[in-house]
Amino acid sequence: MTMRRFLQGNIACAEGAIAAGCRFFAGYPITPSTEVAEHMAERLPKMGGTFIQMEDEIASIAAVIGASWTGKRAMTATSGPGLSLMMENIGYAAMTETPCVIVDIQRGGPSTGQPTMASQGDMLQARFGSHGDYSIIALSPSGVQEMYEMTVHAFNMADRYRIPVFLMADEIVGHMREPMEVPDSVLIIQRRLLEEEGRKPFEPREDLVPDFPLFGHGHFVHVTGLTHDERGYPSTSNPEVHERLVKRLVQKVEGARREIAMFDVVNPDAEVVFVSYGAPSRSVQQVLHDFPGEGFGHLRLKTPWPFPEWAPGRFENAKTFIFPELNMGQMARELERHVDQPVISVPKLGGALHSPEELAKVAMEER
Amino acid sequence: MAIDKTLELFDCGHRACAGCGHALGTRLVLKATGRDVIVVSPTGCLEVFSTPYPETAWRVPWIHSLFENAAAVASGVEVALKRQKRSEKVVVVGGDGATFDIGVLCLSGAFERGHDFTYICMDNEAYMNTGIQRSGATPYDASTTTSPAGARSFGNRRPKKDMPQIMAAHGAPYVATTSVAYPMDLMQKVERAINTEGPCYVQVHSPCCTGWGFEGSQTIAIGKLAVETGLWPVFEMNNGQVTKVKKIMRKPVEEYLKQQKRFRHLFKPIRQEAEIAKIQAIADANASRYGLDLKPRK
Repeated sequence: MTMRRFLQGNIACAEGAIAAGCRFFAGYPITPSTEVAEHMAERLPKMGGTFIQMEDEIASIAAVIGASWTGKRAMTATSGPGLSLMMENIGYAAMTETPCVIVDIQRGGPSTGQPTMASQGDMLQARFGSHGDYSIIALSPSGVQEMYEMTVHAFNMADRYRIPVFLMADEIVGHMREPMEVPDSVLIIQRRLLEEEGRKPFEPREDLVPDFPLFGHGHFVHVTGLTHDERGYPSTSNPEVHERLVKRLVQKVEGARREIAMFDVVNPDAEVVFVSYGAPSRSVQQVLHDFPGEGFGHLRLKTPWPFPEWAPGRFENAKTFIFPELNMGQMARELERHVDQPVISVPKLGGALHSPEELAKVAMEER
Repeated sequence: MAIDKTLELFDCGHRACAGCGHALGTRLVLKATGRDVIVVSPTGCLEVFSTPYPETAWRVPWIHSLFENAAAVASGVEVALKRQKRSEKVVVVGGDGATFDIGVLCLSGAFERGHDFTYICMDNEAYMNTGIQRSGATPYDASTTTSPAGARSFGNRRPKKDMPQIMAAHGAPYVATTSVAYPMDLMQKVERAINTEGPCYVQVHSPCCTGWGFEGSQTIAIGKLAVETGLWPVFEMNNGQVTKVKKIMRKPVEEYLKQQKRFRHLFKPIRQEAEIAKIQAIADANASRYGLDLKPRK
């Protein structure tokens, strides 16, 4: 059973988090994400949960990390400037394998930029923003329904792989209001807890993910951002320990790309193929709707990270990929690494979506 | 040095709400500083409403820092000016979110290093630019969007952070509180601050008609009530000692509270005596700590 509701994207995100069992939110007001915090401030106390407004975004993500180590699902929401402040802690979460969800309602940057306008300018920062090598998962919703569903999924992926997971939305999707179906219940993938006698707290299983050692459950767990061995203790000058750990942090996600990646393929026989994620997918969908006879294809990436490099190959006749983004071609650069065909990046800056007409014009020229 | 009260360095025609305390307060600040000043402003209402062309209000050099770093940017400006043997005053004008919360690290660092600048906090007691979220300056029981009053809560559960004392504890030579409702007091304190060597802090009560919920014509009246009830003590501190206090004939706090939507839940649907008494106790403690009362109340 589902219930039809008319919701704002940011509210749908907060509702999705609550449905996923998130009972801890720490955040700091920033346009255009603030409605997520406001809604959690109103809803969580009624559900026995905790909303804390922190003094800045550094503190927000740090509190989320602390809460996650008590075994609870925790998240924060922000926008570009706040994400920039969170970066050192995000690397810490990756290094300590702390499950957490970070919602980024992207706005125009760099710096304070355009607080009330949409952008996809944080896509590379989400993947590579903190120093050192690590890997994360990023989900890109293109509507209110997906704001809900992908928030639920983000918690599952964070717990499954013990990583920070990003919901990379934008101002358009965050502030959009449209009808959605709210399900009665959602699929929850629980964190795998360390229960086996003798198993070390950071000893990986076959999937390279260690079981999670809860605070206060007899493991004397030692959590550190320093390079650590499988017991969790610092080992900062042994090259092998560092190499083994960092390779595993990357590989546990990259090696599971086919399990993690989600994408939609429309018209796999097409020669001219649009690639998109997030809000610009709406413009592409309109192009395919308006020009049904032209045979355009559409690859919609629901998980831009890890990048599904085999997905473009689903279009066997593809001659050209057209990639509209609300940035200067951040993900188009990634696509170019994986395909032989030309990739036409169609950047759009300033906050507006690409119009279907301008995308159709680019596609017609390539036909 | 006499203050030229006719000097207008913060122009009309900006985008502030009608009745905005920040706009009035900043206009008064610049009358006190005169032209020979460089202003640093962090992210906030003031930055947003006073800057878009052609409504730009600043007739002095002005730099927007980020949200968290105004005091550090001011530190750099001050040191570099001094190195060039230049004499301009450096003044930060920022809101309470940038001062009490996200910017307190840079503020503490700058005061500890002892830079010669004045930090003015325009305190409207919440994040108004993003739509009325609580800050460390939000008073006890005020309802905001992230401290909403309702069945489970009377609003903000924590008392206001005592920033003037925190800044005085850094060894600041001059710390003062004032209000946009007392223009002469405000201008004189800013003038004293900029002419005192070292890091100085002035905290200005700046009523926000939009965020607190009152008519824009009542900004001064609300500001006066905050002072007259003892909820906003007006004082000066030199080298950590309280040296001057504005004495008042104290009024009950509810005269201040009941005029603002952010405290409406204390009076409707039923009067919350216990909560009003707690706020009265805050005013009583202020009165006793700073010696606010002109004569003991009967």
